[in-house]
Amino acid sequence: MSSSTPYLAILGVKKSFGLKPILRGVNLSIQAGERVALLGANGAGKTTLLRILAGLSRPGEGKVTIDGLDLLQQTREVRRKVGFVAHQPYLYDDLTALENLLFFARMYAVEHPQTRATNLLLRVGLQKKARERASSLSRGQLQRLALARALLHSPRLLLLDEPDTGLDQEGLELLNELLQEHRAQGGTILFTTHDLEVAIQRSDQIAMLRNGRVAYQQATSNLEQESIRQAYEEVVR
Amino acid sequence: MSLFSQVWTILWKDIRCELRSKQMWAGMGLFALLVLVIFNFAFDLRVENKAAVAPGALWVAFVFASFLGLGRTIAAEREKGSFDRLLLCPVDRKAIYLAKLLGNVLFIGVVEIVALPVFAILFNVPFAIDGLLPIVLLGTIGIASVGTLFSAMAAATQARELLLPILVFPLIVPIVIACVRATGALMVVTANEPPWLGLIAAFDVIFLSLSTILFEYVIEE
Repeated sequence: MSSSTPYLAILGVKKSFGLKPILRGVNLSIQAGERVALLGANGAGKTTLLRILAGLSRPGEGKVTIDGLDLLQQTREVRRKVGFVAHQPYLYDDLTALENLLFFARMYAVEHPQTRATNLLLRVGLQKKARERASSLSRGQLQRLALARALLHSPRLLLLDEPDTGLDQEGLELLNELLQEHRAQGGTILFTTHDLEVAIQRSDQIAMLRNGRVAYQQATSNLEQESIRQAYEEVVR
Repeated sequence: MSLFSQVWTILWKDIRCELRSKQMWAGMGLFALLVLVIFNFAFDLRVENKAAVAPGALWVAFVFASFLGLGRTIAAEREKGSFDRLLLCPVDRKAIYLAKLLGNVLFIGVVEIVALPVFAILFNVPFAIDGLLPIVLLGTIGIASVGTLFSAMAAATQARELLLPILVFPLIVPIVIACVRATGALMVVTANEPPWLGLIAAFDVIFLSLSTILFEYVIEE
């Protein structure tokens, strides 16, 4: 793939639930290695867009390519390249933390699943909780475990839907470290947040959704923070 | 990763979760036993009409108990969101269907193994296990193959408990009739009986093939 070809290209994506249009033609391009924050008011379509990109929902119209692969035509290949963290952890309550990771490691055909799962539990600070059932973990610990699961198969694209949810200060620092490591390895990140400060800190580019379209998209490095705040007030609020 | 490995991984996860939660097995087993006990008291079970009543009671107990489990197969995972997470994995959708189907056959099978001796005692029928086993196995596969497909469909709706039996009952009527008649034929030998077991097997092949193909489209959002 040439460097000018976007790693993630979203072209005219539309999605409706019944008669209610949620996305009315989203266009967004993200280069490999970029971190993009997706902002928008409640109901703007952020989660719907991430679910489409993860392959959980089909767009009504439009095209999505990830690493040159058509999401609708080559869904299974795309899934191998994508790690997804929803705003709920969605783990198996009756499995232990380690069993949860081992199950998904096997589903992604990860090599040496035991080693990979153990290392990730250590990385997210849950090594002492490895043998405890997910139902006994706190919300923050579940979110750490969900992050570990998303990283299991070393995805090139991370899709994070409000990944801060439930994390304490230590957890937030861990999340920042994990995202930096992912980026250092050439990974691409698209995340949603309601916190403008977090968006500015963690991203190279900010996109804002309004009425089912991308109403604003700018690189954070080119702009004064004040102008981003102004745009946020106009577009999101 | 082969289809077999994918099926086994998902099935093993489901078995492990069920062994720990015991939500389905306990409920289904108790329900089947209650139906058999109620039928035992409700019907006149003299020797001459036992063969007409007992097979029906047995299969009604199996079918009703199956629905308790089938309704939870995918709905429980959908409610918790973990089914979406499963769909994100780069696995063949057929593997998910087959694993859920095998899980259902296993869970229903365990309930049937518990219920059969109780049925034999309560209804005082001779227990021809070698003849009954293939009927129960093939009947269970037929009910589970349709039930698993429609449980995925119903799980996406709010009225899933109501919708599942409405959708599945009409489709499994031929299997249930064949199972009842085949079970009855074990108790009272009658001449010129159609090949019920062959009919059940034919329904199984049709339903299993169609459901495996259609599952992928049913789970699409």
